[in-house]
Amino acid sequence: MSIPLNWFLVVAAALFCIGLYGVLSRRNAIGILMGIELMLNAVNINLIAFWRYLDPARLTGQIFAVFVFAVAAAEVAVGLALVIAIYRNRDTVIIEEIDLLKE
Amino acid sequence: MLPVLIFAFASLVTLGAAVAVVTHKNILHSAFFLILAFVGVAAIYVLLEAPFLAVVQVLVYIGAIAILIVFAIMLTRRLMSEEMEQRNTQWLPSAIGALALFLVLGWIVYSAGWPAHEGAVPAEPIALMGQELLTTYLVPFEIASVLLLAALVGAILIGREKETRSAE
Amino acid sequence: MIQEFFFNITWLIPVFPFLAFVIIIIFTQDNPKLSHSLSIGSIALSWVIGWGVVFSAVAKPHLGEHPISNTIPWFETGTKVFNIGYWIDPLMAVALFMVPFVCLMIFIYSVGYMGYGTDEQDPNYSRFFGYIALFATGMLGLVISENLLTLFMSWEIMGLCSYLLIGFWFQKNYPDPKKITPRQAGLKAFLVTKIGDLFLMLGIIYLYSQAGSLSYADTLFNHDFLVRLAETPALPIFGGWSAASAIAALFFGGAVGKSAQFPLHVWLPDAMEGPTPVSALIHAATMVSAGVFLVARIFPILNIVVEIEHHNPAMGLIAFIGAFTAIFSSIIAVAQNDIKGVLAFSTVSQLGYMIAALGIGAYVAATFHLITHAFFKALLFMSSGSVIIGCHHEQDMMELGGLRDKMPKTFWAFLAGGLALSGFPLVTAGFWSKDEILAHAWEEFLHYGTASWPFFVWLLLTIAAFLTAFYTARQISLTFLGKPRGHHAEHAHETPNTMTIPLLLLAFFAITLGWLGIPEEISGHGNNFWHHFVGHEYPSTPLSLPVMLLSSGLALGGLGLGWLVYGRKPLEAGQMDPLQKTLEKIRLGWLYKAMQNRFYFDELYQAIFINGAIKLAEIFYNFDYHWVVDPIVNLVARISRGISGFFSQFDEKIIDGLVNLTGLSGVKLSDLGGITDLKVVDGIVNGVAEVTGWIGANVLRPIQTGKLQNYLLILLISMLAIIGVYLVY
Repeated sequence: MSIPLNWFLVVAAALFCIGLYGVLSRRNAIGILMGIELMLNAVNINLIAFWRYLDPARLTGQIFAVFVFAVAAAEVAVGLALVIAIYRNRDTVIIEEIDLLKE
Repeated sequence: MLPVLIFAFASLVTLGAAVAVVTHKNILHSAFFLILAFVGVAAIYVLLEAPFLAVVQVLVYIGAIAILIVFAIMLTRRLMSEEMEQRNTQWLPSAIGALALFLVLGWIVYSAGWPAHEGAVPAEPIALMGQELLTTYLVPFEIASVLLLAALVGAILIGREKETRSAE
Repeated sequence: MIQEFFFNITWLIPVFPFLAFVIIIIFTQDNPKLSHSLSIGSIALSWVIGWGVVFSAVAKPHLGEHPISNTIPWFETGTKVFNIGYWIDPLMAVALFMVPFVCLMIFIYSVGYMGYGTDEQDPNYSRFFGYIALFATGMLGLVISENLLTLFMSWEIMGLCSYLLIGFWFQKNYPDPKKITPRQAGLKAFLVTKIGDLFLMLGIIYLYSQAGSLSYADTLFNHDFLVRLAETPALPIFGGWSAASAIAALFFGGAVGKSAQFPLHVWLPDAMEGPTPVSALIHAATMVSAGVFLVARIFPILNIVVEIEHHNPAMGLIAFIGAFTAIFSSIIAVAQNDIKGVLAFSTVSQLGYMIAALGIGAYVAATFHLITHAFFKALLFMSSGSVIIGCHHEQDMMELGGLRDKMPKTFWAFLAGGLALSGFPLVTAGFWSKDEILAHAWEEFLHYGTASWPFFVWLLLTIAAFLTAFYTARQISLTFLGKPRGHHAEHAHETPNTMTIPLLLLAFFAITLGWLGIPEEISGHGNNFWHHFVGHEYPSTPLSLPVMLLSSGLALGGLGLGWLVYGRKPLEAGQMDPLQKTLEKIRLGWLYKAMQNRFYFDELYQAIFINGAIKLAEIFYNFDYHWVVDPIVNLVARISRGISGFFSQFDEKIIDGLVNLTGLSGVKLSDLGGITDLKVVDGIVNGVAEVTGWIGANVLRPIQTGKLQNYLLILLISMLAIIGVYLVY
């Protein structure tokens, strides 16, 4: 493989950190969920990269990635249901205004 | 040479789209850039000789998750004007923190000696995956089904319209 | 050819009643005619197939050495596979001759007993037929069972049905709190037999641990395994017994429960609270004989120890309990006034006969008596049921009398059964089977001398035989002879044909069945069918003329004495029982009372076990709430309160002291320094308060923003800090 493993890992790390920035700084709740999706994709890239470079004969990495797909799908479904429910209740999706945990 | 070029192109597209996702003011445009990022990731999977996963990525992420996100944006659209400020008050510390994390991760990646094991990808990965899922990884498989069921039921319950009867 | 056909469909025998049960309970509860037709039809089918198998088995030579079996694999556990199937051998064949036929008779009888078509039809008519069908499933399943697992399952099904059927009239309550209600009686039966079942299960587990399999072919009929079992010492808790003896003793425990032997006999008399067909079916003919059947089934385990060591302590235990029960319950039966009560104790006594016979190794005699007893005991119960229905549910014999003219068919049937039970010579089945047991005991006792189990068994069984004839004559005289003593007996009427015809059919067998087992000395060599078919490999009991004369004498003597006391001058209404009068005259009235109250065993068990369990529960409750646990908790609370009180006192005193001191020195200082010092002190205090407030309001409070992203950011920064520290060091 002409592309070194480290390159993939760095790309994944960058994607992860971009997603993390998105989670921490977006005001719209859905924006936060999109950041989370980016982070999960980064994780998947990591898994597949490791699978390909370290032990491609057994499919452990790919299978793990499949499970991550499933979990991501489930989490997005529930998260968006929550956002919509909050929107119905409080008429906002701006997460700074949902601060019931204050003090 | 060609793989390196493709890799560079795909990574740039992905990362660029990702940056656009997290900074764009219009949330709907963010969602579209997210789709672009997913495409880039799918390309990376193909480079990594996991074509099945690339297809799954397109189907699941773009075809389901991104669509779902677009739906949700449409449903919550009323109060979000097109050009409202999208960064919250702590954006600067977050950016610094994310950058620091990236540097730390990069340093770890380069200083660790990953064991080199150039093996060959199995001839029929999908068949093998199917077999493994139903034998060695049977329990996680079943639990994932249960998880999806729970998410399904939970999403329906949470997103349900509240009854308007007073005795509820 | 036709034999093979019947052998191949043997497995259907319990299936038909089970299907009837399911259909009746789910679908036809509102339709009495359909329910009883299904029930009777299914048992009739089982009877036809059953007798087909029996006669095919009889025609097959050497069935005893080469039993037929057929199994299908049922479930796996690990490496072992458990099978389900059927097993055809002589013991099973003779049982199968009796069981479905008797069941069929009783099912037909139940149509009349439960009042079909009359005003008094039982409101739960269909449910009754469903339950007895289920019971038939269990009993037939037990008989054809191929391995101990299905035997145990059938055993438990019968236990359940016993509970359901004894408590059939569960709504019935009595004003007298001492009288046991059907609901309680059902529970009692279930729980007491459960104690026996526990032993049975332990026996099965023990056997399985030694054999690795539960099928008869691998265990009971596998000679090498049996030898190994007899030579292996049992677990230390069994003393010096071999594993075979220990296992046999555990199995016998199950029989003690199910066949109501001492000390677990207490449930059977109270089981009479159920309808009389139930008493006939379950507690006379079939379920209680399952216990004897079980011991006969495992007889190879007992016998192997006798072969190897010439002496088996487990058999001694069995013989003792059987003989003791036989005589103990026949004494009680003499003083019972309920018509079914006498028969209940009589059953217990006769079962004791069979158990004792097995205990001294008389396998052939025991099985013979098992089968004949089933017929005539069912006959007796059904006849008494006929009496009860004819006299409008009057069951106290002291209120009956003179029924001979009013209910002739019932009288003759009852007489036939009663003579069979007493062992009336030559004509009745009971004579031949009982005589063979006594003959075997006599022969063994001559062999071993008087200080041996056979002598003990022979003596007690002989006395019991006399008592059996006596109380039977008492019962017949009190019920049928003389003039009616009570209101119901005066207006008694004969019962419908659905009830009397089965009685006559059973009476036929009660008389003739015995001729199958006439010893060879009388019938000619090789003509003792029973011995030849069932117990071919065991030596036959030689005819003993003294014993035959003795048992004839006992039967006639007992019957005669009973007739003399109760029949020649029949009792008038309100007269006391002559036996009771006599005993009271010689100051033994307490003995009669004890016999009538069943020697107070129920009260004894109540006091020891039931009240004991209640007391134990109370002790534990008090342990938790009043004596130990709560007091400890309370004590700990009190101690900590005391400690904190002490500390608060301590604090107060110190603070008070300090405050006073500060105050004093403050006064002193202010005396010296004046307002400036006060200002400094005040200033410091205020400053501290302000700083604290500022920190709280401006540092700590803003952190609790309630905003998720802030928390996440803090998380990220802390994590980076920790990684940083880790990397540096």
